[in-house]
Amino acid sequence: MTSSSQGLSHFLQTWWVEFVCAAVIIAVVPLVAGYIILLKRKLLTDLLERLGPKQVGLDGLRQLIADSFRLLMKRDIVPRDADMFVFWLAPIVTMAAAVTSLGALYCGPGFRVARDINIGILFVLGVSSLGFLGIILAGWATNKQSVRFSAMRSTAQFITYELAGGLAIVSALLLCGTLKIHAIVEAQAAQHVWFIFLAPAGFFMYLIAAIFGTNRGPFDPPEAEAGPVASSVPEYSGFRWSLYFLGEYANMIVVASIAATLFLGGWLRPFPNVYWLNWLDFLPGPLIVAVGAFCLRRAGKQPSKIQTWSLWTVAVVCFVAAIIVLVPWISAPLRVALPGLNGAFWFLSKISIYLYIFMWLRSTLPCFRFDELLHLGWYILIPLAIVNIFSVAVAMWLESDFGYRWLAMIITNVFILAAAIFLAHLNDKRAAAASSVEPETSDSYAG
Amino acid sequence: MLDSILFYLFAGIAVLSAGLMITRRNSIHSAIFLITTLLATAVIFLQLRAEFLFVAQILLYAGGIMVLFIFVIVMVRLDVAPRKIRFRPQKFVAGLVAAVLGLEVAVILLLADKLPGAGLFIPKIEDAEKLPPNSEELAKGLFSNYLLPFEIVSVLLLVAMVGAVVMAKNKKRTDEP
Repeated sequence: MTSSSQGLSHFLQTWWVEFVCAAVIIAVVPLVAGYIILLKRKLLTDLLERLGPKQVGLDGLRQLIADSFRLLMKRDIVPRDADMFVFWLAPIVTMAAAVTSLGALYCGPGFRVARDINIGILFVLGVSSLGFLGIILAGWATNKQSVRFSAMRSTAQFITYELAGGLAIVSALLLCGTLKIHAIVEAQAAQHVWFIFLAPAGFFMYLIAAIFGTNRGPFDPPEAEAGPVASSVPEYSGFRWSLYFLGEYANMIVVASIAATLFLGGWLRPFPNVYWLNWLDFLPGPLIVAVGAFCLRRAGKQPSKIQTWSLWTVAVVCFVAAIIVLVPWISAPLRVALPGLNGAFWFLSKISIYLYIFMWLRSTLPCFRFDELLHLGWYILIPLAIVNIFSVAVAMWLESDFGYRWLAMIITNVFILAAAIFLAHLNDKRAAAASSVEPETSDSYAG
Repeated sequence: MLDSILFYLFAGIAVLSAGLMITRRNSIHSAIFLITTLLATAVIFLQLRAEFLFVAQILLYAGGIMVLFIFVIVMVRLDVAPRKIRFRPQKFVAGLVAAVLGLEVAVILLLADKLPGAGLFIPKIEDAEKLPPNSEELAKGLFSNYLLPFEIVSVLLLVAMVGAVVMAKNKKRTDEP
């Protein structure tokens, strides 16, 4: 810690990375979250064979900016019976929790806000779970029965995520034996394997739980169902509502980062210990240059001037980024920055792939009913996650005593698979029994 | 200096919101100020390098228990109840208890060295970097020295959980027919 003798300049010298990263998180994450929304819309239209946002800007690139202006200029509607203080506070809580939890994450070995705190991953989980206070407070503040219902259902769903996701994460934490984010990634480098290959069940359970927790499809009854109302915060409009929206997408980035750090090797490139794949370290620079060149080629063929300009801007941004990435190769004193930049590239790629899987699942699978969803969480995911913890522990014991690492892992994973099939079978029997006895009860939440 | 500024800032927030928590009529407002108190206390834990306590405070108390509190307040509509029930303000008893407690704290703070005993024990300040990792030390303590109490507590919690389930089931049975 800084003591009184150190001046402001020294303070800034020691902490400038943290300040820059904090500024980047606060300033850029909402923008990125906005563009993830646009990307989601594009992807959904692609997968569902529609056209989607194409009119505003180049292929709808300015759609986000148009949307945010619309949201900002909308009339701020406050329900008459609302408790103003809580109504005002609730969206801020959601957004602040999501942004704060991003602060403890590492994006590449150098880019972070919080200095290697001992309990990094728990901090991220804990603070992001505070965000849900925002939704239940909103449900209370608007003072309407239907809104209370939807807020309570959202909260029930989120608690399921917290438990199931938390237990699923423990399997990876057992394997690395630490809660420090930096040390988790280093453990994966030292053990020459990403933890998704050692504990695949944990990864997939966290994936399901994360979709729970961020209200994405197929687990999005708060959004999709017409039962109470079609959103968890239906009384909010304009800017307040957009805070919720951004908070939701920032939360998606958070869960993707947790999964990437714990299971997908964080900022490590694929096969970090295979030397003939070292050329992968050169990949980011040329890749960005290629994107820039592609934009430049397409720029001349655009129908309107503003689209040409926007493509040029994208190309220039790409070239500047490429210069930032490539210069450290040429000048030796700047080479220290290289692992950080490469790490950021791989980390962001992993997050993007993870988010792509989210959207893919959403557009492919049919939506769950609310009772089915809670049943999946409480009767299948949570017991399975507990079994998973025990089996990973047994595998680690087998490995340390007998040394057959892969054999132990395969045996335990087969065991988890058997447990999952057993639980699914039980669930099928239960569902069949329920539907044959009382066909009405299973439909209590529909429409 | 930065340390003391941060300490007084967060201690002030904790005390202030604790006071607001008691004086608010509205139970949701009380819950919000209780959360603020818990978070401010958590930051003080972090300053003391008790990272695990810090995160347990956020994860369990602010994130878990308080969500359940608010859940119950919203579900049972506790915020309507105080308007109907008038609490008996037992100002005299409360004032007496507060005075006695305040006197005790004052005696300990002011006269600790003069009274018999070791006086106030202020632990030696260690460099934060040299301390062993907090969560590992806690785990070692819980699973070696204090294993039996730890297990007894876990059994107690299990009993409480089973009891809650049994009570919920009983109620359902009497309601439905």
